Amino acid sequence: MQNLPDKTRLQVEHLSKTFVLHNQDGVRLPVLEDANLTVNAGECVVLNGHSGSGKSTLLRSLYANYLPDSGHIWLRHQEQWLDMVPADARQIMAVRRHTLGWVSQFLRVIPRISALQVVMQPLMELGIDERLCRERAETLLAHLNVPRRLWPLAPSTFSGGEQQRVNIARGFIVDYPVLLLDEPTASLDSRNSAAVVGLIERAKQRGAAIVGIFHDDGVRQRVADRLYAMQSPHAAESAR
Amino acid sequence: MTFATLSSTPLLSVQDLTFFYTPGKGFGNVSFDIYPGEVLGIVGESGSGKTTLLKSISARLAPQQGQIIYRPRDGEQHDLYQMAESDRRRLLRTEWGVVHQNPLDGLRARVSAGGNIGERLMAIGQRHYGDIRRQAGEWLTDVEIPLARLDDFPSTFSGGMQQRLQIARNLVTHPKLVFMDEPTGGLDVSVQARLLDLLRGLVVEMQLAAVIVTHDLGVARLLAHRLLVMKHGEVVESGLTDRVLDDPHHPYTQLLVSSILS
Repeated sequence: MQNLPDKTRLQVEHLSKTFVLHNQDGVRLPVLEDANLTVNAGECVVLNGHSGSGKSTLLRSLYANYLPDSGHIWLRHQEQWLDMVPADARQIMAVRRHTLGWVSQFLRVIPRISALQVVMQPLMELGIDERLCRERAETLLAHLNVPRRLWPLAPSTFSGGEQQRVNIARGFIVDYPVLLLDEPTASLDSRNSAAVVGLIERAKQRGAAIVGIFHDDGVRQRVADRLYAMQSPHAAESAR
Repeated sequence: MTFATLSSTPLLSVQDLTFFYTPGKGFGNVSFDIYPGEVLGIVGESGSGKTTLLKSISARLAPQQGQIIYRPRDGEQHDLYQMAESDRRRLLRTEWGVVHQNPLDGLRARVSAGGNIGERLMAIGQRHYGDIRRQAGEWLTDVEIPLARLDDFPSTFSGGMQQRLQIARNLVTHPKLVFMDEPTGGLDVSVQARLLDLLRGLVVEMQLAAVIVTHDLGVARLLAHRLLVMKHGEVVESGLTDRVLDDPHHPYTQLLVSSILS
């Protein structure tokens, strides 16, 4: 088992990933090579690099949505260190339920489920009392300026911005110890962007370890404690 | 509605299961576990052996090799194909459910909707007519079929209603494990959405374990926690649903995923 400092929540060691496109002449796209990163409680690390530098691949690997080829992703899950790279599907599901949150701008709409239910769901799944879940969901939706009349409706008919804010509320309803943010403020107006920044700051105060991608300079300045510079793998190896 | 903590013993363990009708038609060396509250999706194109596999793991086709262990309760376990035929049949009528792709294969056409649901209750020993009729009515409402249709024959129902009736019939006994073969196949998109929503809710509420065979990756993404990808009777890739679909490794999975219209 790893001996990591108490305040550490996430530690990435020697992470590498190459995509192999079997149906396109087996083209190999090396995206991550020996990435190393430590994130402590209460700090927000922003992944920094040009488009195509692997920010999104790293973030998705941290969520176990992508499978790295080698390396480790140590995560403190319920007082124990778990390596997410070899973890099996059920361990990952438990980690996502309790420890690791994901906030993106894209809402995967579930047919016929109301916005309020969409937001409540992750908290309900922890067995929290329904009334408490509802209160929390309402507070978040109000904070993110989602009009009250939309709450009982299924988000499939909402505007892009409204769907985005419903999804952000969903991502913040559980106090996850580790949060991954995939451009949560993209295309939001300044008022709503500030509301999201408020949620991020509050999460940091309660001790969440946060890794994020932000394209907006202003937002990045406000939330980032540190920037993590993405390093592109050897250019020679990259495909055309 | 709460999620059970991760139970450490699988409800069903499938070990090195093989069945070939003829060389190349069937499936070989399939192994997986399924836990309470978990939905496993089996995807692959037609002819990949997924329906034959479903038949075999749901006690309807004895494998040529391998075994299936069912653990209904703590300290109790059964080797599915070592059980007496009558015990296997009882299992299918009580603790397990099978939802067929063609709803009329899973319903009795000449029995009323209420009778179709009530039959499973009688199989678990219920005898009180009023109770059975009341539960049948509740389930009909749960699957959004008007109560007024309780005494109508399934043959007078639309395809979507028949499919929902079949689901009600299977779930009324609160099974532990349900097998579904293309449950939304042949339905209009709007009806599909309704059915998927219903299934999602029921799985969570009842801590149901389910195995769902589908060629529709959208359905798999919405319902399944884990996926098995089958090609030519073999499992070529498996794992967490979103990882298999977003970061497919096997050439065949990559082809399947890249073929989705979006």
